Amino acid sequence: MSVDIRIRRGAKIYLKGESEKILSEASPSKTFALKPNNFFGIVPRLMVKEGDKVAKGAAVFHSKKDTRILFTSPVSGIVKEVIRGAKRKILKIVIEQQEGDIITHKVPPSNSFDRESITEVLLKSGAWPFIKQRPYGITADPDLIPKAIYVSTYASAPLDVDFQFLLKNNKEDFQSGIDILNALVENPVVLSIDAAFSGFFEKIKGVELLRIKGPHPAGNVSVQIHKHMPINMGEKVWEVRPEDVVNIGKLFADGEYSAQRTIVVAGESVLNPQYIKTKIGALLTAVTDIAGFDKSQQNRFINGDVLTGKEEASDGHLDFHNNLLTIIPEGNHYRMFGWLPFIDNKIPSLSKTSLSWFFGKKGFSVDTNMNGEKRAFVVTGEMEKVFPMDIYPMQLLKACMAGDIEKMEALGIYEVIPEDFGLIDYANTSKIEAQEIIREGIELMIKEV
Amino acid sequence: MNFLRKKLDDLKRPFGKGKKWEKYAPAINAFDTLLFVPNHTTSTGAHIRDAVDLKRTMVTVIIALIPALIYGIYNTGYQHYVQTGEAFSFFDAFIHGTWKIVPMIIVSYLVGLTIEFIFAIYRGHDVNEGYLVTGLLIPMIMPVDIPLWMVAISVAFAVLIAKEAFGGTGMNILNPALTARAFAFFAYPTYMSGNKVWVSEASNIDGISGETILGTLAAGGNVNYSFFEMFQGSIPGSIAETSALFVLIGATILIATGVGSWRIMLGSFIGAALVGFLFNLWGANALMSFSWVNHLVVGGFAFGVVFMATDPVSAAQTNKGKWVYGILVGVFCILIRVFNPAYPEGVMLAILLMNVFAPTIDHYVIQENINKRKKRWASALKTK
Repeated sequence: MSVDIRIRRGAKIYLKGESEKILSEASPSKTFALKPNNFFGIVPRLMVKEGDKVAKGAAVFHSKKDTRILFTSPVSGIVKEVIRGAKRKILKIVIEQQEGDIITHKVPPSNSFDRESITEVLLKSGAWPFIKQRPYGITADPDLIPKAIYVSTYASAPLDVDFQFLLKNNKEDFQSGIDILNALVENPVVLSIDAAFSGFFEKIKGVELLRIKGPHPAGNVSVQIHKHMPINMGEKVWEVRPEDVVNIGKLFADGEYSAQRTIVVAGESVLNPQYIKTKIGALLTAVTDIAGFDKSQQNRFINGDVLTGKEEASDGHLDFHNNLLTIIPEGNHYRMFGWLPFIDNKIPSLSKTSLSWFFGKKGFSVDTNMNGEKRAFVVTGEMEKVFPMDIYPMQLLKACMAGDIEKMEALGIYEVIPEDFGLIDYANTSKIEAQEIIREGIELMIKEV
Repeated sequence: MNFLRKKLDDLKRPFGKGKKWEKYAPAINAFDTLLFVPNHTTSTGAHIRDAVDLKRTMVTVIIALIPALIYGIYNTGYQHYVQTGEAFSFFDAFIHGTWKIVPMIIVSYLVGLTIEFIFAIYRGHDVNEGYLVTGLLIPMIMPVDIPLWMVAISVAFAVLIAKEAFGGTGMNILNPALTARAFAFFAYPTYMSGNKVWVSEASNIDGISGETILGTLAAGGNVNYSFFEMFQGSIPGSIAETSALFVLIGATILIATGVGSWRIMLGSFIGAALVGFLFNLWGANALMSFSWVNHLVVGGFAFGVVFMATDPVSAAQTNKGKWVYGILVGVFCILIRVFNPAYPEGVMLAILLMNVFAPTIDHYVIQENINKRKKRWASALKTK
């Protein structure tokens, strides 16, 4: 069974520093980190303290609301540091890798998969947080049966990953991961693939295939759900990233929590952009040592893509979910008369007040300059051009700013998450922080509804 | 460039955070950012940003206005010399127009920007670029003989009442430039209509008079201009609105750069043409039988539709809404012209009226989307 989905509104931004199809091993990472911030909506309760010995797969913290949801250590070692921010909020739990125990779980044999036993293994092993839930993009609720589970192998963001190549050595584990997820849901797992290059994903059994065609944000699961079966009030849909399907498959093969993470290091500052295999939460230096980057300038390290990723220090750690590490130059420089139309056409622009469309054939150089100042909403119609859902983005943003819950609900807040507004952040004339506004809106929804 | 940058940084030091003149930072920043795009980097949200910003957008509108402005300056001189019967060259006409119009532009910018700066400092936000366009539009849509102090008062009224009272740029309901004209029109009617205001110096020299085409028609007179004269714009009228040709050049710039909404422009065009055509069939008086093609090129219709109806803040904001809004602007413009001879220039009132109704139009467009979603929810519940 397969469905074709064609996205027209959106934008493909070609950037310099695209990754080569080379897969290398990362250099050893001395420390690993878990960041509660990576799990939207989770309030962490620590289960270890500094100096404790932890086994690989041992719980480090759990969700305050649901003590069954555990977050476990990707390696064995000792808890080196718990870094806290304002109001003692836990930012990071750093684990120094050492020889130690490995926790193994008793897994049901593959011919007798049932919902309860699978859920239990996923929760105990720490693999549960691989599953995200819509609305809101929060960690899934283990007590409910979702309407569907989506796995998108089509990554459309700038410099994003080719999952076909990234998972080429994990075909069996991917299939068994899909089989396990199928036991959690009534309808088959929805697997979306790039309509142009399908490869082994096409041969995966027990799924409903979505063939996606079109520019970014076509790869965003929100857009795919919206075109396939839009979320109605009260419905829940789950989402798992492709490499985490593999991690779940591996967990059920040998009973060990698998924290495999293949990172694409890309961006203009990277010397040898490539795919590098490491583990969740590894040091950035474990992959940047291999790929190398231009140290002569100030760089920005982004866990994720340039539109939706999170800034990280060069000696920081990888995030939990992302497969992409983007490194681009910082843009703290002035441009004389840069606001004149048709000036500085080397900066990529979706606006026709720039000739950049003429210069971007080989990919654009970008930096982190704002290219202007924040203003009130003035220009209309530009957000809709990069937002391929039947939702009015500007009106939804205004409803979020006003905190009008009824309106947010009516205008489609259940169908979006902040990352869907990445291109709007990028493209809007008034430099409005759309993702931030949507995030605050969703936080309000979670609190009030 | 580095030298200039360093000088500016030195100059700005006392305006920094916690320094003596911090309060006045928006004023100095407005000048700084006119020279340099600032070195701000992204801190939340997307890490890269488009090259476009509001300054670039507004400057594009100004560029689109320049052809009409230059022709307006020339036409001011042309109308004057044709009436006086003096021999004149192209440059004479141009110089005469420049002496008339440049002071109006200076007054408009001085008064408007002063108010904008005061509000920016008072509210502690940056100076918005919107007034760069409004400030140029206001003199362009005034009769040439209007005294400078009236320009100043109209500008002050528009910026204070139409814009800042509603919360500043992006919040206004009415187009500020049209509000300025409407204010002048109702406050000083003798300076805004009749046959003594449209030709330069007509109020001072007895031999000169000139009525606009719509004014003539409303008074039941005959029009002696050819279609080409009306299209090219060598007719009496407000300063820069007479030439449909040069307005069209501006429209091309706005549409090509995506800054002006082609939906609104095309919608107004269709609406006005349709109603004009229907009146032609009726043909009960001079204004009704005035050809619908001519309706599109005379008066402020073309200028208003291209530069004022498309103001994104006061127009409808949804794509569907823009069609409805545009068509209704066109329809009401011709209706007002034909049925209310006291206001031969219908486009100003038509746009202001539709400005008021734009949020209502959008409301119904959005409500359609909401109803569709709620219907989907309801049918999903039923199948469960």
